Amino acid sequence: MNSLIELSYWDIGYALLMVALLAIMLSYYRLGITRSLGVACVRLVAQLMLIGYVLRYIFDEGELLYVGLMAIVMLLAASREIMARQKRRLRGITAWGIGVTTLFISSFAVALYGIFIVVQPDPWYLPQYTIPLLGMIMSNTMSAISLGMDRLTSAIYDQRAIVEQRLALGQTAREAVRPFVLDCIRTGMTPVINSMATAGIVALPGMMTGQILAGASPLEAVKYQIMIWLFIASGAGFGMIVSLRLLEKTLFDHRQRLRLERLK
Amino acid sequence: MAKVSVRNLSFLDWQALDLTVEASEIVSIYGESGSGKSLFLRAMADLIPWDGSIKLDGENCLDTEPAVWRKKVAYIPTEILWWSDTVSEHFENSVRREDLDRLGLAEDALNWAPTRLSMGERQRLGLLRALDREPVALLLDEPTANLDSNTTKAVEDLVCEYVKDRSACAIWVSHDESQLSRIAHRSYRMAGKSLMEDSK
Repeated sequence: MNSLIELSYWDIGYALLMVALLAIMLSYYRLGITRSLGVACVRLVAQLMLIGYVLRYIFDEGELLYVGLMAIVMLLAASREIMARQKRRLRGITAWGIGVTTLFISSFAVALYGIFIVVQPDPWYLPQYTIPLLGMIMSNTMSAISLGMDRLTSAIYDQRAIVEQRLALGQTAREAVRPFVLDCIRTGMTPVINSMATAGIVALPGMMTGQILAGASPLEAVKYQIMIWLFIASGAGFGMIVSLRLLEKTLFDHRQRLRLERLK
Repeated sequence: MAKVSVRNLSFLDWQALDLTVEASEIVSIYGESGSGKSLFLRAMADLIPWDGSIKLDGENCLDTEPAVWRKKVAYIPTEILWWSDTVSEHFENSVRREDLDRLGLAEDALNWAPTRLSMGERQRLGLLRALDREPVALLLDEPTANLDSNTTKAVEDLVCEYVKDRSACAIWVSHDESQLSRIAHRSYRMAGKSLMEDSK
């Protein structure tokens, strides 16, 4: 296998030239997104360079403490992102709490399963494996959870009169919102299922591409990619089921009354 | 025998409301729009937060499972909503053909899609949907608001008969004073965030 062709900062600059060309064209159309594109490029470079240095330090040190700290930072950032993506957020720190709890239960559990049962690195917290694995599972779980929660709060808010009439007919809170919950699970899982179904046909998945570029055997890269997608699907599914259950409980009180004032 | 008693009931800005409805009795509540009549019924059905005491035959609402309470104490809103593909899917038991007849509903109305229903049909079928759960207390929020005089009379007769035959009780909210004098044994007026019994 060929070894990795290293990129210089000039090479990054050449790639940026293409975006600069695009920015000039966009400004001609006066779409008002040229500035956003510029800011996004700056953030992309700054954030990824920063994380590159952080990861290099963690990989060099190889300490459990640093891996743990990185995992906590990822967990908190993903939870905040779940909260930020809600059109109708829960008041207080409840939404954040649901995000932390759900991501912890789903992503961490699946990642640990992958580390101890499947990959089995030595030591078990070897950062080159644990951080990318957890990161990929968590980012996809985060997207599924935020999409599912956003859909459920919107559906219950918009259909609140129907929910109340279902309750008035003697349905439990769970029965009253069950159709909405099922719909949200379907919606949240669809992107993951579609990506799995088209993996390798429409596009080569990112992780696999990265490994091939880094000189790994395509067959080894494929095996890792399959494992990652299976863990992503599990993490996203478990995460969404738990998050929607917690959200559903939060939107009703102990007497199973719909409490929409708990939403902003 | 169903008797509902409400003591010192508070919800939102409404404070210390008292009301007792005996078995086989229909009590009416009237008042201006926004005076809190519907909120009062929704509090009694335990659909909104409240303080105080609500009892059905001496059984405290808070000691009863919410779903069980709401089956016994049925809140029937003015605007009836439907969510399944056909009307019949909203019923737990089979509906008697004579009940459909007496309310002027078509025999096959239960097989219809809810989108086909007129406002009046929605309201009449909504009443049958609530009675289908065999409640012992009815909380009727303007149940004839969308009906003509003949069907209004049919609904009044059906409710009165249901209350009498089952020794149930009912609270009937309406703006129609002539209707209240026809059906109600006693009347209350909701005004100034309080409930006052009519002396007339």
